[in-house]
Amino acid sequence: MARLFALTIIVIAIASAAPVVMHTWVAPADISTHGHLIDEQMSETMIEAGLSFLAAQIILAIFIWKFSSFHRDGEIRTFPGGAKGLVIAAIALVGAEVLALGVFGVKAWADVYLTPPSADAMPIQVQAGQFAFYFRYPGRDGKFGPLHPELINEATQNLFGLDPEHDPDSRDDIVTAEMAVPVNKEVHLLMHAKDVGHSFFVRELRVQQDFVPGLDVSLHFTATKVGKYEIVCTQLCGLGHYNMKAYLDVLSEHDFNDWLKKEAAMQ
Amino acid sequence: MHDTSAHAAQHHAPTSFIRKYVFSLDHKVIGKQYYALALLAALVGMTLSWLMRLHLGWTNLAIPGLHFLSKNGAPANVMTPEFYLQLMTMHGTIMVFFVLTTAPFAAFGNFFLPIQVGAEDMPFPRFNMMSFWVTFLAFIVLMLSFLLGDGPTLGGWTQYAPLNAMGAVAGPGQGLGVVLWATSIALFCIGQLLGSLNFITTTLDLRVKGMSLMRLPLSAWAWFITSCMGLTAFSVLMPACILVILDHVAGTSFFVASGLVINDQLLPHSGGSTLLWQHLFWFFGHPEVYIAIVPGIGIVSHILMANMRKPMLSQRVIIYCMGALAVLSYMVYGHHMFVSGMNPVSALAFSFPTLVITIPATITVLIWVFSLYGSRLRINSASLFALGFISMFVSGGISGFFLAQPSIDIMLHATYFVVGHFHMVMGVAAMFGIFAGTYFWFPKMTGRMMNETLGRVHFWLSFVGTYCVFMPFHYLGMAGNVRRYSSFPEDYLQPLIPVHRLITIAALLTGAAQLIFVYNLIQSRFRGQSAPDNPWQATSLEWSTATPPPFDNFGGKHPVVYHDPYQYGVKSSVGDYVMQASPEQVKTEHEEK
Repeated sequence: MARLFALTIIVIAIASAAPVVMHTWVAPADISTHGHLIDEQMSETMIEAGLSFLAAQIILAIFIWKFSSFHRDGEIRTFPGGAKGLVIAAIALVGAEVLALGVFGVKAWADVYLTPPSADAMPIQVQAGQFAFYFRYPGRDGKFGPLHPELINEATQNLFGLDPEHDPDSRDDIVTAEMAVPVNKEVHLLMHAKDVGHSFFVRELRVQQDFVPGLDVSLHFTATKVGKYEIVCTQLCGLGHYNMKAYLDVLSEHDFNDWLKKEAAMQ
Repeated sequence: MHDTSAHAAQHHAPTSFIRKYVFSLDHKVIGKQYYALALLAALVGMTLSWLMRLHLGWTNLAIPGLHFLSKNGAPANVMTPEFYLQLMTMHGTIMVFFVLTTAPFAAFGNFFLPIQVGAEDMPFPRFNMMSFWVTFLAFIVLMLSFLLGDGPTLGGWTQYAPLNAMGAVAGPGQGLGVVLWATSIALFCIGQLLGSLNFITTTLDLRVKGMSLMRLPLSAWAWFITSCMGLTAFSVLMPACILVILDHVAGTSFFVASGLVINDQLLPHSGGSTLLWQHLFWFFGHPEVYIAIVPGIGIVSHILMANMRKPMLSQRVIIYCMGALAVLSYMVYGHHMFVSGMNPVSALAFSFPTLVITIPATITVLIWVFSLYGSRLRINSASLFALGFISMFVSGGISGFFLAQPSIDIMLHATYFVVGHFHMVMGVAAMFGIFAGTYFWFPKMTGRMMNETLGRVHFWLSFVGTYCVFMPFHYLGMAGNVRRYSSFPEDYLQPLIPVHRLITIAALLTGAAQLIFVYNLIQSRFRGQSAPDNPWQATSLEWSTATPPPFDNFGGKHPVVYHDPYQYGVKSSVGDYVMQASPEQVKTEHEEK
């Protein structure tokens, strides 16, 4: 039975690694300027973790095979080098891995979170509420009008709680249910939660960020490929969580300007 | 280290049924009560997971009888999205608190810690009894949420703010359901604080003559380290739960910020902090992962040595590694919050210790694996589950390497990759530790042997089955499959539904295999072969006493300890081992200086 167990461990280890090696289930292609850093970090980690996984499982299986009850009368022996050698090896190998991944990983993170958006990045506000995303563009004046939560009223389509009568900056704000951005243009996303926690996840953009009620969070990215992508909520927000989504349209600059004009006319 | 006669509990064997089996002060009975509670909770939690898996595979499937669980949640026996979330929340809460904390720590620890240190009982038996009954009450309160109001909370076992503090307006179960959840968990915390206090004082004050700290078995060390974590972690979660209850019933705003709107109504809250809950919860939540797994590390080490017939390469290193895991567990909790809106610089600060924690985990695995070298490994149900534990611990632990890095977490956070990771490392691995402990200690606990054939069948189905269930979770996560969705209407998720169906079938079969274990447990309890005092030729003090142990554990005697706990691979008058309490002097190469 020990030998069967050892073989099973090896078969499971190889079968577990196979879909990863064969790229059976992978994330969709990256469409952002920063995404390749995340993908590279993921690949490097996969190689290091994958080899450690296979090595650990195979050595475990070999020792189970070799030292099981078939060898009951064998002499008890201690692994050469003892615990000291293993501790030193673990600290050296895993320590080096930790340092390498930790240091290189900072760059991908810094690109998204520690670098401020450029001055000419296009601001878009996204508001998350049970169970929809809404987007606001600042209009020609380039300024967002202030929010008045007490004025939010879905029946009158005042989804953000704007007061154009008293706030001149709100008058040309454009509110949409879909998000469109021009390709190769940096977007500065201003994230605002209306009610509970939500999250903004676009797999292709390699972007995921929680909305924090009571705290406005921002994010910036540049989409590099024209297309339509799903935005999904990844923070449990209530009974309709599974159905909370919107679409991101990455358009050419020309198409984007046309879209914005059309949306402005519908306000 | 003291003579137990001066410090142990001053109580005598009870005679009435109530004091003997219900409100018992005997740590062994309390240990069994905890085990029974964990078993009941595991069966409930597993049934809920079956219902969830069926729904994930076939969204519109009518499950006969489902409406008995919730009239509103299952019209025509088809699960609604909100009922799915309620079942998911209850599954997570039941499994993390009432199974993974209760069985390896409170059940086995209660039964065996006092015996392994040579004590007659715990120092505060009434606290010990109270600890179990408060925990039992916590379970009842949690179950009541199925019957009262509009059902259990749907906010997940992490109960993120402000969804947890807004009241019924935020959705079904978010009013009374959350209050019951928070009350249950606060009670659970009280139970575990009382238990931890007893475990710590038992270890420090009630060791018999000769039982130095370094002569404690690794299982005793694991329970001691876990109780130190329990004392600090549960004492943070309990007040956090009280604050949630106050937000519901006293009009406070600890977790609800101002200016929030639901159903076009401005909520009457102001000044609360969304992230405060996450900090409090995860300051408990990450140590909780180790509260679930460290007892498994100790139990598996303890069992492996009895079955390898040789000591580990170093017990001391494993003790230090368990200690390092415990200390680091408080410094890494922020990795749950990389994309939560926390300052992005602090993500890097939390990332580094999270990566570093892999070092003691790796050392522990290497010590286990390379200790097998040159052993005379016995294969039985207990050792199979112990070895299976190592395989699962490796598989589940390695995926933590990905999640420790904030940049990768951007892609994997809140996906099935995370679900696969924690199910494997703190769910399945910890369960394998519980199973190994059960097959190993059942004879001592009941006086009867478990059926070995059924044990092996249970192992094979569980080992292969759990890999079939939880390894594909990682692939789903890598493809971007989001967790906590009751169905997958998103275009990109639809191609993944066949994988979910396969997982569901594997989960149903693996779950059914657990019924073999339950049958074996019950059948062996009443009809099992009579167990000798030391069926495994093991060395620690629990095997020095009668099977099952008498009320005062050692029949009025006070054992004296002469040896390190794992004197295997030696030549003595009884065989290839010498018991801790045996005065026989044998030559050994392994006794650590």
